[in-house]
Amino acid sequence: MAEQTTDKFKPFNVDLWKYDGQAGALIPLLQSAQDTYGYISEKAIDYISHVTGIPSADIYGVVTFYAQFRTKPLGKYVIKVCNGTACHVNGAKGIADTINDELNIDYDETSDEGAFSLLSVACIGCCSLAPVIVINDETYGRLTPAKLRKILRSYKQKVKKEAQTATDQG
Amino acid sequence: MKTVKIGLGTCGISAGGEKVYRAFQDELKDHPDAFVLKETGCIGMCYREVLVEVSNGNGTAHMYGEVTPERVGRIIDEDILGGATIDEWLVSGEDREVGFFDRQQRIVLRNCGIIDPGSIDEYIDMGGYRAARRALTQMKPEEVIDEVVTSGLRGRGGGGFPTGTKWKFTRQAPGDKKYIICNADEGDPGAFMDRSILEGDPSAVLEGMIIAGYAIGADEAYIYCRAEYPKAIARLRQAIAQARKNGFLGNRVFGTEFNFNIKIKEGAGAFVCGEETALIASIEGKRGMPRFRPPFPAQSGLWGKPTNINNVETYANVPWIILNGGEAYAKYGTEDSKGTKVFAMAGKVKRTGLVEVPMGVTINEIIFDVCGGIIDDKKFKAVQMGGPSGGCIPASMCDIQIDYQQINRTGAIMGSGGLVVMDETTCMVDVAKFFLTFTQAESCGKCTFCRIGTKRMLEILERITAGEGTMEDLDNLDELSEQIRAASLCGLGQTAPNPVLTTLKYFREEYETHIKEKKCPAHVCSTLLTYTINEKCTGCTVCKTACPTDAIFGEKKTVHMIDQNKCIKCGKCFTVCRFDAVVKD
Ligand SMILES: Cc1cc2nc3c(=O)[nH]c(=O)nc-3n(C[C@H](O)[C@H](O)[C@H](O)COP(=O)(O)O)c2cc1C
Ligand code: SF4
Ligand code: SF4
Ligand code: FES
Ligand code: FES
Repeated sequence: MAEQTTDKFKPFNVDLWKYDGQAGALIPLLQSAQDTYGYISEKAIDYISHVTGIPSADIYGVVTFYAQFRTKPLGKYVIKVCNGTACHVNGAKGIADTINDELNIDYDETSDEGAFSLLSVACIGCCSLAPVIVINDETYGRLTPAKLRKILRSYKQKVKKEAQTATDQG
Repeated sequence: MKTVKIGLGTCGISAGGEKVYRAFQDELKDHPDAFVLKETGCIGMCYREVLVEVSNGNGTAHMYGEVTPERVGRIIDEDILGGATIDEWLVSGEDREVGFFDRQQRIVLRNCGIIDPGSIDEYIDMGGYRAARRALTQMKPEEVIDEVVTSGLRGRGGGGFPTGTKWKFTRQAPGDKKYIICNADEGDPGAFMDRSILEGDPSAVLEGMIIAGYAIGADEAYIYCRAEYPKAIARLRQAIAQARKNGFLGNRVFGTEFNFNIKIKEGAGAFVCGEETALIASIEGKRGMPRFRPPFPAQSGLWGKPTNINNVETYANVPWIILNGGEAYAKYGTEDSKGTKVFAMAGKVKRTGLVEVPMGVTINEIIFDVCGGIIDDKKFKAVQMGGPSGGCIPASMCDIQIDYQQINRTGAIMGSGGLVVMDETTCMVDVAKFFLTFTQAESCGKCTFCRIGTKRMLEILERITAGEGTMEDLDNLDELSEQIRAASLCGLGQTAPNPVLTTLKYFREEYETHIKEKKCPAHVCSTLLTYTINEKCTGCTVCKTACPTDAIFGEKKTVHMIDQNKCIKCGKCFTVCRFDAVVKD
């Protein structure tokens, strides 16, 4: 059983630490924390520090070094724009501009209602479809600003409907 | 019985491969005995995804391209049940796609797009694990190393260091605890070779690592794989579990005295962690900062022990070399560069995807013979090789061979295999700026010149692309490049200027046009463009509302116009127009 803390923290896989028992397990531990909560909170850092004995400041240093770790939660729909070389030469900038314009968010930002987050990623391995974006797990390729706008609007509709259902249900 | 095989490489999945797979699965319910359904990795022809291969069970097969779930019904009715191929959807067979496979030599990709990567049995059926068995049971470690030396194999991760020599150093390093590391961090932002190999034939990489472990005397190994590659990681885990079950990993491998275990470490998204000493720091749980070499990892690597680190593709070559002999491998290629190289073809080329060619073919042969030339037959301008550490080679020089020395002479590098093709619509100053933006953001910050110098260079490039550059800026770029190159600790900083230096060398007049005429000849740098509205305009007024300077005028439902004196070239009208009526020039 993984150790419990006092607050309503769901325990992530601290067992990783016990397996390896060596400093090398810090990154897997952080990855496990992020998998569980979607981001690394201050609480998670303090908790990991408590379990491992590594000072919080050092853990924070590791967290900020790696692009994978986030210190803020992400929106419901995470839009990743590929900024790999092939997508760049095929117009990734126009794609990002369109998203900025349509959803009013920039890279590493989340829209006000927490509906959308925008991230930039390197090549996602389907350069033949460039320019490419990924929304949650769905890939959209061979985009033009006009095509993208349609896609984004359909997501906006979805968000609206979901919000509606939520209020209806009280 | 017929077999239906679906390409579920990254590109196949992105193009909707899983939906096609499910559509075939549904059909299987109605016709359970009509065919066997299988999946495979990247076939190489990513430009025709979703790819579906139908084998007739008598050794013949044909492949369909651009398959959608809607097309599945007809394939079932006419082909699987009816026995007639649907000619207009075919991509292979007869005279279609001439040249794509003929010029290739598949050693690393020998199983990619052929076997089901989730099945070790299919790997074994293709001759898998025979090389490891031979090495462990019939060869001395030194003999294994000699074979790799004879093959002339050089590291495929970018540096090109002779693999056999590296193994020898690690074997000879004193100490009884040694490690093997596979570098699967694939940092080049325009490349997907290693990913496709890991997803399409993970066992080949494991087998190469086992052979390396035996040769140098290591019993423990790590694969450092990008966390952004979840499918590759899943495939590796599966392949490791199956290998262990078969006695290819664990204690007493193949019944010998040799023990070997492989663990996976997920990288956390820092380009510099592809550099070997930074990678090792990252496995140890630290910030991934490079350190000064020597000592090289071969003497003091992971946890201070001798460590052999190679790239994914390097390891994937090894089983073939052991089975067929180093000399057979060395038959391919040039004096300096032996064997084959995998390239991820991207950009403005007709057939984008994964190709493996013998060293010694020319760049032109890859682009025109294998990949069918430039999209829309536009003018071929340059190729970018080596990603952020590499450079742009102009079209006029693309008759050089794929060979470490010849490519280095141009100022680019072989790199890990990203090959991005550029045409007349690509701006070379913008490309340089793109790579510098990348390296500047990824510098770990340890060396002042890498951290600050790349920032200064980027600022200059931003000025030039905004039409505010001066001719002195070009000299400053040269000077900064020299300083960064000389004063940086690791390859990231040392090679960061390459994209700028090569474009300055071969496309200087394009820089000058940006500076002197304030024009971007390729129409890419947005502030240097002129925006106009053409007759496709429906008068929807969307651009008029979006324009921050009220530069757009025109009545509702009539063609709009732009007042060039007011326009600040923000490009907003271009992105908001739903009718492609705004054009930039
Ligand atoms: C900034 C930087 C990034 C690198 N990224 C990678 C990478 O993503 N994959 C890789 O195999 N090698 C990469 N390398 C090269 C490695 O340091 C090392 O040379 C290589 O893994 C050795 O394997 P090889 O001899 O089989 O090529 C990188 C080097 C530098 C300086
Ligand atoms: S050259 Fe750059 S990336 Fe490499 S160690 Fe120095 S600062 Fe870090
Ligand atoms: S480019 Fe910007 S400023 Fe110029 S007309 Fe279009 S929206 Fe207006
Ligand atoms: S560069 Fe975007 S998918 Fe490869
Ligand atoms: S991913 Fe399907 S052919 Fe390359």
